[in-house]
Amino acid sequence: MCTVCGCGQGTVDGQKPHSHDHHTHDHSHDHHHGHSHDHPHSHEHEKSPEADAQGDIHFGKGIGGVHIPGIEQSRIVQIEQDILGKNDMYAKGNRQILADKGIFALNLVSSPGSGKTTLLTRTIDDNKDRQAMSVIEGDQQTSNDADRIRETGVKATQVNTGKGCHLDAHMVGHALKQLEPEDGSVLFIENVGNLVCPAAFDLGEAHKVAILSVTEGEDKPIKYPDMFHAADIMILNKTDLLPYLNFDVEKCIDYARQVKSDIRIIQLSATSGEGLEEWYEWIAQGLEKAKQGAA
Amino acid sequence: MHEMSLCEGIVQVIEDQAKEQNYKSVVKVWLEIGALAGVEIEALRFGFDVVTKGSVAEDAELEIIKVEGTGWCMPCEKSVFVAERFDACPDCGSYQIQITSGDEMRIKELEVK
Repeated sequence: MCTVCGCGQGTVDGQKPHSHDHHTHDHSHDHHHGHSHDHPHSHEHEKSPEADAQGDIHFGKGIGGVHIPGIEQSRIVQIEQDILGKNDMYAKGNRQILADKGIFALNLVSSPGSGKTTLLTRTIDDNKDRQAMSVIEGDQQTSNDADRIRETGVKATQVNTGKGCHLDAHMVGHALKQLEPEDGSVLFIENVGNLVCPAAFDLGEAHKVAILSVTEGEDKPIKYPDMFHAADIMILNKTDLLPYLNFDVEKCIDYARQVKSDIRIIQLSATSGEGLEEWYEWIAQGLEKAKQGAA
Repeated sequence: MHEMSLCEGIVQVIEDQAKEQNYKSVVKVWLEIGALAGVEIEALRFGFDVVTKGSVAEDAELEIIKVEGTGWCMPCEKSVFVAERFDACPDCGSYQIQITSGDEMRIKELEVK
């Protein structure tokens, strides 16, 4: 459709198409000339004609390249906003709340079945006397995981995303209100099992923790580079099964460092318990920092 | 399919701006999407058509400006082209690259009526 007069491009049988002299624009808008627009106001080309350096007024600088009295041309509105701007705003709010309360929040991300919930329940059981903890559980459906967490005796809030494939900062903000985590505690946010979508959504956490189990492919870090890039730490889980598998640990670590050269890697087994101390120590240090920040 | 959520975010911004900037409908939307943003363009287009139904951006054309990935190679101390997050520096082979562009997802501008 023509944006100047609203006429269609179609023709009627037996009639010549009417002439469109105002169609001087070919829709290759030449305003993409790479200058930076840091001003969010709109350019209302159609209302005020532009005057150039000599003071000449140009009515044809609108998007249609023409001016037709009484017919408003379309105009260009500069937006320059991040698509995830709203999410990031909520995430910032969450981060502030968490910082004020000295809460160390971790966003756990992985494929389904990598052992996130098992690692969480074990971590909670082993550290109950050391620190206060609570959990936000994200799944598309069911409260099975939150039920498993509550069995350990800590507070847990289930967030069902329905068809959603990730948690977002708005959901987490609501969950925080519901959960009321203690000041100076650790908050685990178990994201929906998905190595793609949660990568882009900041929830306000201190770190994303990517969990990969050795029963998966060692090339997952380069298959899902966005996630492993977004994570600060990678947990290589189920290491007790290594003797039975052809999983090349060194190769996996190389792949992870390819995607993020300074990613921290902890190898552990939530079942046998090997490597767990390093993980617990890392959490304890993070919590200490969070507490100092709030004090 | 987080592209659907991204589209919902886009429509939200467009609807909010419609009140501020006083427009009734959107003819065209320009998005800037980086090569490293993890966005599947086809899924984004599909989601956009679905999500804009009944909004001011219904039937709006979607124009996607792709932004190439670049990074700062620390050993070389210079900017290099990065096609994927796991790419090594084309000159020195190092993976110590800080991404400097290519992960943007921005609504750049709109043509409105």
